[in-house]
Amino acid sequence: MTPPAKVSRPLAPHLQVYKPQLTSVMSILHRASGAGLALGLPVFVAWLVVLASGQHFYGILIGWLQNPIMQIVLFGWTWAFFYHFCTGIRHLLWDAGLFLDLKGVYSTGRIALGISTLLTLGVWAKILGWIP
Amino acid sequence: MSRKIPSLRTPLARVRGLGSAKSGTGHWWMQRLTSIALVPLSLYAIAAFFTHVVFGDYASAILWMRSPFAATLVLLFIGVGFHHAASGLEVVIEDYVHCECLKRASIVAVKFVAAAFALLGMLAVVKILFGV
Repeated sequence: MTPPAKVSRPLAPHLQVYKPQLTSVMSILHRASGAGLALGLPVFVAWLVVLASGQHFYGILIGWLQNPIMQIVLFGWTWAFFYHFCTGIRHLLWDAGLFLDLKGVYSTGRIALGISTLLTLGVWAKILGWIP
Repeated sequence: MSRKIPSLRTPLARVRGLGSAKSGTGHWWMQRLTSIALVPLSLYAIAAFFTHVVFGDYASAILWMRSPFAATLVLLFIGVGFHHAASGLEVVIEDYVHCECLKRASIVAVKFVAAAFALLGMLAVVKILFGV
């Protein structure tokens, strides 16, 4: 008896050929948006600190926030907030034992994605003066 | 001679309180409690931020922060928000940092930084509230 030829099988999970699903992508995005929002909290604190430090320092922060890069970051944070907010409520519903079947997981996932995107676009349309 | 002395604790005492997670379900439960509290608090804080940064000015923001109602909600948002952020980051670190020493150090660092920023934000609110 000759020993069977050694077959090099892929290791699981093999991320290069792993087909992402809505559920796994939304799960990691919940974490990523949460981590991003954690970085946003000190900026909220910075806003309060300059507010307490007088008009001069307040103007400097507002000027910094109006820089295009910060506008993109603020847009990202708005989306991260609404996304984490919606998927957070989805997590609370799961903790209550609701929508735990495959159908419920996918439908609540699509609803959370849709609502968070709509809210983000709505808030920025208002900020940019596209809607009165 | 090196016979292991059996524990004098009853099996019930060993399973009560400290499970394999070391603090039972305390961490998990606090994440849920803070997330429920953040549903109204975060919406209020984000709405106030955009209202005064985009559509208001320094004077409108100061006037808003001088109201005890606004100050209470912002103080709650800071306290609960940083608690939620630190506990979320703790789980992310526990999952992805495998070196025990680095893991412990980064969790402690996250908690210290969160506590410092939370206190800073709270003092800024109090300073504006009392008009110092």
